[in-house]
Amino acid sequence: MKYSNFMEVTFKALSVNEGFARVCVASFCVQLNPSVDEITDIKTAVSEAVTNCVVHAYPNAIKGDITLRCELEGDLVSITISDRGVGIKDVEKAREPFYTSKPSEERSGMGFTVMESFMDSVDVSSNSFGTTVKMTKRIATCEVAKEC
Amino acid sequence: MQIKSRVHNNTLYVLLCGELDEHSASYTKLTLDKLFLGTNFQKIVIDLSELSFMDSTGIGVLIGRYKKMKDKNIPIYICNPSSHAEKIFKMTGLYEIMPKIV
Repeated sequence: MKYSNFMEVTFKALSVNEGFARVCVASFCVQLNPSVDEITDIKTAVSEAVTNCVVHAYPNAIKGDITLRCELEGDLVSITISDRGVGIKDVEKAREPFYTSKPSEERSGMGFTVMESFMDSVDVSSNSFGTTVKMTKRIATCEVAKEC
Repeated sequence: MQIKSRVHNNTLYVLLCGELDEHSASYTKLTLDKLFLGTNFQKIVIDLSELSFMDSTGIGVLIGRYKKMKDKNIPIYICNPSSHAEKIFKMTGLYEIMPKIV
């Protein structure tokens, strides 16, 4: 039987919570014994997805929430980051390298490109009720998976 | 984020310490812009040896500073990036405008 575990946490869409989200996922994934590179890849991808929610999901003064879920199944890490914000109008466009909907704010427009480079898969679904980003990555050095 | 600086041999050396993400971006931009107002240097070296984390927000911050200093003809160089920051720099082509120096 495959080793499995999950955790879920919900927090307000504030930039101060980006570091919290990174540390949260990294601490949870440690049980798979990932390499430093693998854990940094995951932290960076999580940071990009949470930043997107913080910057774009709630354009009004009242900030909504972000839910971060991390599931472990054998050597596979699946991370889902969702908000209940305004959604992304054109997901395909948003995923293009260097595209930003806020060019005046000195943004690189590389968030999704970084997620795609550092994770094995990135799926984005969005409508006017919110956005969900699901990312997966296999941990090559996973010891738990070998034991199960 | 903590930012340390010194001028030596007409070069402004800036050391970024901590994490560069959306949360620290505004402070980083403001602090660098203030430092870059100085007139006693002809080039800038940004030392990333103490930067423990950076995502693509950091790229936006750096490109923004590059654009401002380009008008003043002052080049910016990057030194001591982590292997992870290096991956992001190569992915975005940042080294083409801010070369890496040893």
